[in-house]
Amino acid sequence: MVPKIMKQGRFTPWFYLLGALVIMTVFIVYPTIRTFTLSLRDKTGANWASADCVRGQPCWGIFENYRYALTDKEMLEALRNNALWILLTVPGTVGAGLMFAVLTDRVRYERIAKTIVFLPMAISFVGASIIWKFIYYLEAGARSQIGLLNAIIVALGGEPVAWLTNPKWIVNNISLWIVWIWLWAGFCMTILSAALKGVPTEILEASRVDGASEWQVFWRIMLPMILPTVTVVATTMVINVLKVFDIVFVMTNGLNGTEVIANRMFKFIVTNQGRSMAIAVLLIALIIPVMIINIRRFREQEAMR
Amino acid sequence: MASITYEHVWKRFGDVIAVQDLDIFIEDKEFLVFVGPSGCGKSTSLRLLAGLEEITEGKIYIGDRLVNDVPPKDRNIAMVFQSYALYPHMSVYDNMAFGLRLRKTPKAEIDRRVKEAAAILGIENLLDRKPKQLSGGQRQRVALGRAIVREPAVFLMDEPLSNLDAKLRVQTRAEISKLHQRLETTFIYVTHDQTEAMTMGTRICVLKDGIVQQVDTPQNLYERPDNVFVAGFIGSPAMNFFDVTVVEQDGDLYVDGGTFRLKLPPEKAQAARPYVGKQVVFGARPEDIHDREFSPPGIRAEPLTATVDVTELMGKEVYVYLLTGKKQFIAITDPRTRARVGREIDVVVNMDNIHLFDRDTERAIR
Repeated sequence: MVPKIMKQGRFTPWFYLLGALVIMTVFIVYPTIRTFTLSLRDKTGANWASADCVRGQPCWGIFENYRYALTDKEMLEALRNNALWILLTVPGTVGAGLMFAVLTDRVRYERIAKTIVFLPMAISFVGASIIWKFIYYLEAGARSQIGLLNAIIVALGGEPVAWLTNPKWIVNNISLWIVWIWLWAGFCMTILSAALKGVPTEILEASRVDGASEWQVFWRIMLPMILPTVTVVATTMVINVLKVFDIVFVMTNGLNGTEVIANRMFKFIVTNQGRSMAIAVLLIALIIPVMIINIRRFREQEAMR
Repeated sequence: MASITYEHVWKRFGDVIAVQDLDIFIEDKEFLVFVGPSGCGKSTSLRLLAGLEEITEGKIYIGDRLVNDVPPKDRNIAMVFQSYALYPHMSVYDNMAFGLRLRKTPKAEIDRRVKEAAAILGIENLLDRKPKQLSGGQRQRVALGRAIVREPAVFLMDEPLSNLDAKLRVQTRAEISKLHQRLETTFIYVTHDQTEAMTMGTRICVLKDGIVQQVDTPQNLYERPDNVFVAGFIGSPAMNFFDVTVVEQDGDLYVDGGTFRLKLPPEKAQAARPYVGKQVVFGARPEDIHDREFSPPGIRAEPLTATVDVTELMGKEVYVYLLTGKKQFIAITDPRTRARVGREIDVVVNMDNIHLFDRDTERAIR
């Protein structure tokens, strides 16, 4: 039974929702629909995308831009790279965050340590990318290296390495992933640390008395107990990493095998609106399932309280 | 199975002294209870033994083994926590099996021990459940079960009953006592509840402000408390204390409280002789003050007249709150008592069971 006071007729609830609905429509619903319709148009949006078709070449009609987004060589490279970004940086950030959370929990100077780890989050991603670009910098052919990493290598008697323009594409990507992990580990640490603090001390003590080593306490008690939070952090990181742009744009601009979806989208935003929008829709389509998982997990976690 | 030795153990947290010079030998198979008000260091004493706190000074032995630097996992102890501290992500079975699995006990052996412990505690039908699906009493049993299956040298229990409702607490109290007899292992039990301490312990260690007040059997703590604190802490309702003067009259010694004068029996008088003319603390338990009409025969009764302030009928007895002068005290009387609020009543004090304490040191005069 709904209490009488809550029965407010047909109109009143909608009235309360009005503000939110207007904002949602203007800033989310309309742009989404517009993006989708534009993705079916050509370069300038003047005609249907099928106008871009070349006779004798494969053509997907009005979905021509999607044909590009899903079959073009560079787009395939971007998709491959995004997949690798997910596979490697998500465990990387969550793992590093978890490690920092567990370790800082055990030291007296916890707050300082955590602040230091979290600090990169406060730097703009573009700024951080520039910092790291200097660290990776290669003075081609010169003996003196001003890039920190190469300077160290040379000082130790090694040969300087092309960290961002390496002929081996995986090296360039690894360099970028390290920057990403450096940037995001602090964020993961903060959330996971809060979750760890929620594990009652007595339970940890009970497991120690039961015979668990610190390692076993972590794997058998702590981790399973904060698993819901780990999942939420991981899915959040998947979403973030799918959208990765700034680091790639600033440091390599997608060259030497480092292309990602968002960078492709940005490249076409002026020159080929249709393609750009199709890539945007593809990105949304990839993110939505993760988003749904994330929200579901979050609700489960809330229900557990 | 092992004895426990605390050898001059100290524990400081910064400037705060939590445990001060704790020095006890606990025999194998003993049920020792640490009891005292909150903040008296009883839990800390237990946690020092468990290895959950570091010892500041002194030594602790389990059996013959010095355990100061032994981590909890290697001390062969099992502990039951106040919050039960069950692993929420594991079933009851897994909770109980956890310690054994860590020790790589064979599967069949684990299964046998878990089922056996579950049978002892009557929780066989709960083995597949998660802790969240259990009631408080059931969780408590699982926590006990988790300790039992380990077959440890010592059982440590930190206020395991305080989260249970009154009825369940009494029931579980008896069950833990039975468990102790059955398992024949050393039990060390922490509680703030003197009733729990009295009913369960083979010996009780009374603590206050980190200092041991008295270690003795329940009977001795009740009958021969060493000081005012122990006398007041053990027994419910608590012992009545009066500020009195020891006076001599015709060769006999009396305690004089201004509104009353009671004759001391010879053996008490002998101990009190050095205090003639001085003030002492006189203690009499409520159960040793009777309505004169229903006074039991054969006791050395001394009369006292007081005004009834409040009466509480408990069923088989009545708690009568009495006033002598401005001093309130409690008597437990026969339910047939004619005590009426505001009226005067004649009561008698059983002088065989009274206690005298030095006013300055608060120590018993014997």
